[in-house]
Amino acid sequence: MLEVRNLHARIGDKEILKGINLTIGDGETHAIMGPNGSGKSTLSAVLVGNPLYEVTEGEAWFNGKDLLAMKPEERAHEGLFLSFQYPIEIPGVSMTNFLKAAVNEKRKSQGQPEIKASDFIKLMNEKRAFVELDSKFTRRSVNEGFSGGEKKRNEIFQMAMLEPKLAILDETDSGLDVDAMRIVAEGVNKLRTPDNSRIVITHYDRLLEMIRPEVVHVLYQGRIVKTGGPELATIIQQQGYDWIKKENHE
Amino acid sequence: MNSEQQYIDLYKQARDIIFQHSAKVMNDVRDEAFSHFCKQKFPTKKVERYKYTDIAPLFAPDYGLNLKRLDIKVNPYDVFRCDVPNLSSSLYFVVNDQFYTTTLPKVDLPEGMIVTSLKQAAILHPELVARHYGKIAPSAHDAVTALNTMLAQDGLFVYVPRNTRANRTVQVINILKSEVSMMVNRRVLIVLEEGAEVKLLFCDHSADDHDFLTTQVTEAYVADNASLELYCMEETHARNNRVSNVYVSQQANSRVQHHVITLHNGITRNMLNLTLQGEGAECQCNGCVIADKQQHVDNNTLIDHQAAHCTSHELYKYVLSQSATGAFAGRVLVREGAQKTVSEERNQNLCTTREARMYTQPVLEIYADDVKCSHGSTVGQLNDAALFYMRQRGISEKEAMLLLESAFINEVVDQITLEPLRDRLRYLVEKRFRGELSKCEGCKLCK
Repeated sequence: MLEVRNLHARIGDKEILKGINLTIGDGETHAIMGPNGSGKSTLSAVLVGNPLYEVTEGEAWFNGKDLLAMKPEERAHEGLFLSFQYPIEIPGVSMTNFLKAAVNEKRKSQGQPEIKASDFIKLMNEKRAFVELDSKFTRRSVNEGFSGGEKKRNEIFQMAMLEPKLAILDETDSGLDVDAMRIVAEGVNKLRTPDNSRIVITHYDRLLEMIRPEVVHVLYQGRIVKTGGPELATIIQQQGYDWIKKENHE
Repeated sequence: MNSEQQYIDLYKQARDIIFQHSAKVMNDVRDEAFSHFCKQKFPTKKVERYKYTDIAPLFAPDYGLNLKRLDIKVNPYDVFRCDVPNLSSSLYFVVNDQFYTTTLPKVDLPEGMIVTSLKQAAILHPELVARHYGKIAPSAHDAVTALNTMLAQDGLFVYVPRNTRANRTVQVINILKSEVSMMVNRRVLIVLEEGAEVKLLFCDHSADDHDFLTTQVTEAYVADNASLELYCMEETHARNNRVSNVYVSQQANSRVQHHVITLHNGITRNMLNLTLQGEGAECQCNGCVIADKQQHVDNNTLIDHQAAHCTSHELYKYVLSQSATGAFAGRVLVREGAQKTVSEERNQNLCTTREARMYTQPVLEIYADDVKCSHGSTVGQLNDAALFYMRQRGISEKEAMLLLESAFINEVVDQITLEPLRDRLRYLVEKRFRGELSKCEGCKLCK
């Protein structure tokens, strides 16, 4: 699915990623944890092609294609999805128009005709149920005036609509109450197939208990310094990152 | 020779012809307008209200004028594109400045309501026309108004009697059609008696790729408790220049909505002078502009609060790309004694290229001490974070820009209460941003 080799990236003059190596197979779920400022969000931003970041070294392959050579929208068409840590409000653009454009542009890239209006509405209604969003919501402007929980549920709803091969969930659990987190986690789990994969970026093991990753990575100072099984998340939850920091300064 | 001299000469030479082919009420104010024009000359950019549009060069070319009122053969239905589906309207055509009288479907208007040629009205109902003609738009203060008053021979007259409500929207299609470059001086007089209600939609089109210069002076008298919705849409072409002066006089508890929509043009200057003369009057004045290439659009407004307890809202939004220039100058004047005034003025603009220029000048002038007024303006670019968010979802950069630009303009469109027009405009705005709108019938210029 994804093969990242020696990835370096910076924003302005500041180097943030200092050689990331990461391999994710089909159907796998990986968690990335790490203290604040370790580069987790940068990694996700670089993978989806945010123009604010500059890749200075390394490569990334996505299902055999050179990810870094593609425009953000092409990466999306290939099946890469980011659930934003801070979803953007877009006043005046309704969820319906926004998603219709997204769905149709993907279809266009695959040589398919535009989706029929009735099929689109059916699809929206079906996927909305995944994250328990009501129908009024599709007429509202994208994320405008949404509560924190609604914004995050909306990200998962979009993920359901676009059916990505690899979804990166960047702190999708932050700011969620217990019920909203359950809804989000269940949404993610329902979308799971043997073919699609997930990267879950989080600070807490509560979401991981529900989503259950096979592999947990710890990112520190722009590098992956530890990789283990789900038990690694539990250790971090109990002991924090100090021991990792110490190990890496020795 | 300066620009005005040719009009001074023209008037002196053709005065008899102008008089002969117009009506007494219109002729009565002509000589006075002429003397005002001679005194004022065309304003330079040093004149405050004209600082963003240099209008003298617009008047410099030697345009043809149809002073003898020759019929220009045109079938309005051939060039009519401004169809607003689902709008149950009474449809009228004005070709250049002439009311089109032949082969129209019969229109049922409420009893006493008049929609006709201004010249006709001036002959048939002289006292009705004389009561307001040239009075709401004084020639003494504006050279263009003076010029229009001295040259205009015809135009449109709309009259709605007391407590009469026109259920159907009156839609007037202004078509510019000529074999030569031409100047058109169009005059509009709207009179709403007490408690009258009407919705008017003016659509400006051009049917030829010649150079056109239109001056249009609109006078609207809105009596106590009356309601006027006035929509002006311009969809012409790059060789089409327009100077429009709209004057509105609002009496007590009257309501006015004025929307000016510029989708395609050459150089446009729209001036609005709205006076709130009676207590409790309300107005909403909006504008939206989409301009590219070398287009220039200047909206200049004056909202004059003369009475207490009046409300005014202004929202003007521009999207400028390529080398387009836009200007908005909005002055809100709250006079002494206009207590409890509520006024809000907002102008927001997007410049999508480095070359696009926007000049904005909201002005608030208050001489009363118990009012609630705000004004503000912004000029900016598209939100990069929103663009990236959309691209991450697979929407191409071009399409994402289009969605954002449409959303920006639609804030104004959404305030239009005339539902079929609103829906149609949403569609037209999107087409405009896609570059699919600038294809006028027979016009090869803007393809």
